[in-house]
Amino acid sequence: MTKSSDRLITPNRRSVLKTLGVAGAATALPLWARYTHAQTAEPIRIGFQKHATGIGAAYGRWYERTSVAAVEKINAEGGINGRMVELVTEDDGTDPKRGAEVLEKFANQSNCDIAFGTLFSHVVIGSAPRAGELKLPYFVVSEGHHVASGMLNRWTLQPGITDVKSQIQAMAPFITDTLGKKVTMIFPDFAFGYDHRDNLTPAIEKAGGEVLAQIAIPPTETSFTKYFPKIPRDTEVIYHVMVGPAVLTFVKELGEFFGPSAPQLFGFIDSLEAVDMSSPGLEFLDGSYFWEGNPRYLQPDAPDYVKAYRDAVGIDANGASVSDPKDVSTSAHMFGCWETLHVIKAGMEASGYASTADRQKLVEAVEAMSEMEAGAAHPQGPKLFNGKTHQVFGQQYISKVEGGKLMVQHTASIDDTLYPDEVDYTSMSF
Amino acid sequence: MDFGPYLMLAMLEGAVMAAVLALTASGLSLVFGVMRVVNVAHGEFYMLGAVVAWFVAQHVGGGPAIGFVAALILAPLLVGGLAALADMTILKRIDYDPERTIVATIGLLYVIQQVALMTYGPNAQPVEPPFNQRIALPWLEWGDGGLAIYFPWGLSTTSYKLFVIIAAVAVILAVWLLMSRSKAGLIMRATQLDGEMATAFGIPVERVYAAVFGIGAGLAALAGVLIVPIQQAHYLMGGDALLLSFIVVIIGGLGSLPGTIVAAVLIGMSDGIISVFFSPTLAKIIATLLVALVLVFRPQGLFGARAR
Repeated sequence: MTKSSDRLITPNRRSVLKTLGVAGAATALPLWARYTHAQTAEPIRIGFQKHATGIGAAYGRWYERTSVAAVEKINAEGGINGRMVELVTEDDGTDPKRGAEVLEKFANQSNCDIAFGTLFSHVVIGSAPRAGELKLPYFVVSEGHHVASGMLNRWTLQPGITDVKSQIQAMAPFITDTLGKKVTMIFPDFAFGYDHRDNLTPAIEKAGGEVLAQIAIPPTETSFTKYFPKIPRDTEVIYHVMVGPAVLTFVKELGEFFGPSAPQLFGFIDSLEAVDMSSPGLEFLDGSYFWEGNPRYLQPDAPDYVKAYRDAVGIDANGASVSDPKDVSTSAHMFGCWETLHVIKAGMEASGYASTADRQKLVEAVEAMSEMEAGAAHPQGPKLFNGKTHQVFGQQYISKVEGGKLMVQHTASIDDTLYPDEVDYTSMSF
Repeated sequence: MDFGPYLMLAMLEGAVMAAVLALTASGLSLVFGVMRVVNVAHGEFYMLGAVVAWFVAQHVGGGPAIGFVAALILAPLLVGGLAALADMTILKRIDYDPERTIVATIGLLYVIQQVALMTYGPNAQPVEPPFNQRIALPWLEWGDGGLAIYFPWGLSTTSYKLFVIIAAVAVILAVWLLMSRSKAGLIMRATQLDGEMATAFGIPVERVYAAVFGIGAGLAALAGVLIVPIQQAHYLMGGDALLLSFIVVIIGGLGSLPGTIVAAVLIGMSDGIISVFFSPTLAKIIATLLVALVLVFRPQGLFGARAR
């Protein structure tokens, strides 16, 4: 024992050389990393919980590209409070257990100021309690209702993307008015799907329709035909929302099951995020409707800030990567990363954020926000943030598949998406 | 949906599953039968087959049919070759010791899976089927005017799914002919019965082992190629295939080809029917329970011979 502890404190030639090497490498860093006019030379570190592998991989890839583009823009405009921003990316494997470990790593090993960027609701729900314990501001881009439902804690916020409950509420009148009154829903059998299950039925009933059946499908399922006979005969509209690597199979088998006599289809674009609309088997979706958080295809009337945002992220008019037209983006969700990072910037500037000691001030500053104007920081549209529920509200888009492209038919206003508060996080202690 | 057409749809789905399962499991069963090796990496060979099929389809021009046929030939050969190589470089070196081969094949599983993740990536990729017509199926009904034919809503299959069933039957027949009617099959059976005696008669047992391991993996890869136009290629798809293959092989009796086929049909059909009428989770529960019952009451499996 004594011997080993001796060794620990006695520097040998090799360790001295190593230290010198690290110091040498540090001097070679770009200028901004060593010195700025701010109180500290350190960059602001944003821990990015990335779904690099597992069922969320396609989302993770695009969340990263969008976040990197947003950070570049923020840094080019002078950073936050005079400090540069640095993304610290860790793979969470789209796995709740690993998600919590990743937050731990952000807080204790890589000295991150905040954590950010989680999409899949089970990972958010698995990670958020740890963020609360670590007192680490945790900005999720998840669209799940778990933030606004009061399930999480004061350290978890969702200021860049709207939640499922408000989305569904805004969609229901369109479904019953335009497509049909008798609805059957197909959803993934985990938290995100339950948000749809629990919120669609009351929303459809309020709009004068009826939900005939609710069909839950395990998120790891690979073949779907066996579920389709459960769709009641008198169904007028099928409401589908699926996620994961098998979504293409899902849509293809749905087409094969119904053939030419399909009911109306209304889907959440989650079923086809990152999937090329011209993939084999998707022809039968022509004429069907989708919710889109943000239009994938460049719309004819798009304002300049939308074009600037798309150029910065690197997507073409079809919503695919400019370098590979087969690499289709997750356009309806990834804008949330861009907007969240701009909210973080605004929050840090409002609170005069200087170090990890100011984390609480940052949360309070974001809670104090309300209206956000559409523009370079909010390309998806104007937003209304509710500091009590930690949830943002915004416009929703309904698009129709026309000739293999999604064209916006209807834009639901922010007012359509509002619902009474279910929680007041500001009354909770830090 | 009415009960009759519903059941028919369930059986069609089950038959596709049974066909793919029979191919995968017969590979696993062959390897165990001849070599007494439990190959935990078997599911990864299935995955590799699907991934290679996608790769070949991407790089061979001339329409989906040519790409698919090329994949059907190349994927089993490549994967089989890789498996034979793994046999010669790894399994042979540890003398096919049962415990150590299990650990070695677990290692192989992770190596293959991670290499697929690093090269092929985490996305699911589709392969276009060479042909895929939707076939609406008729159903008979007693109407006012006697027996009438009608087309129930949703009762349909595709020509490709029927092809998968036929192809699987053909391949399994070929495997059975190879094992029972050819000289190569005779050598394999001799090796299976008594390796030492086979060596004494001048059979190159080591080469037989490499070939069997390759054929087993090739069968799994072939199943992967057949399934990929229905599902999609994904680097984690081997897990379920491995589990179901083990269930089938244990129920059918390790090393027994007829037992494997019967068990594959049993598990595939029951999975199809139970998951259509009840839930897919219940189908898995029942399959696993069946394994437990077989292990308790008939440890050698339905068709297996008692250990000598």
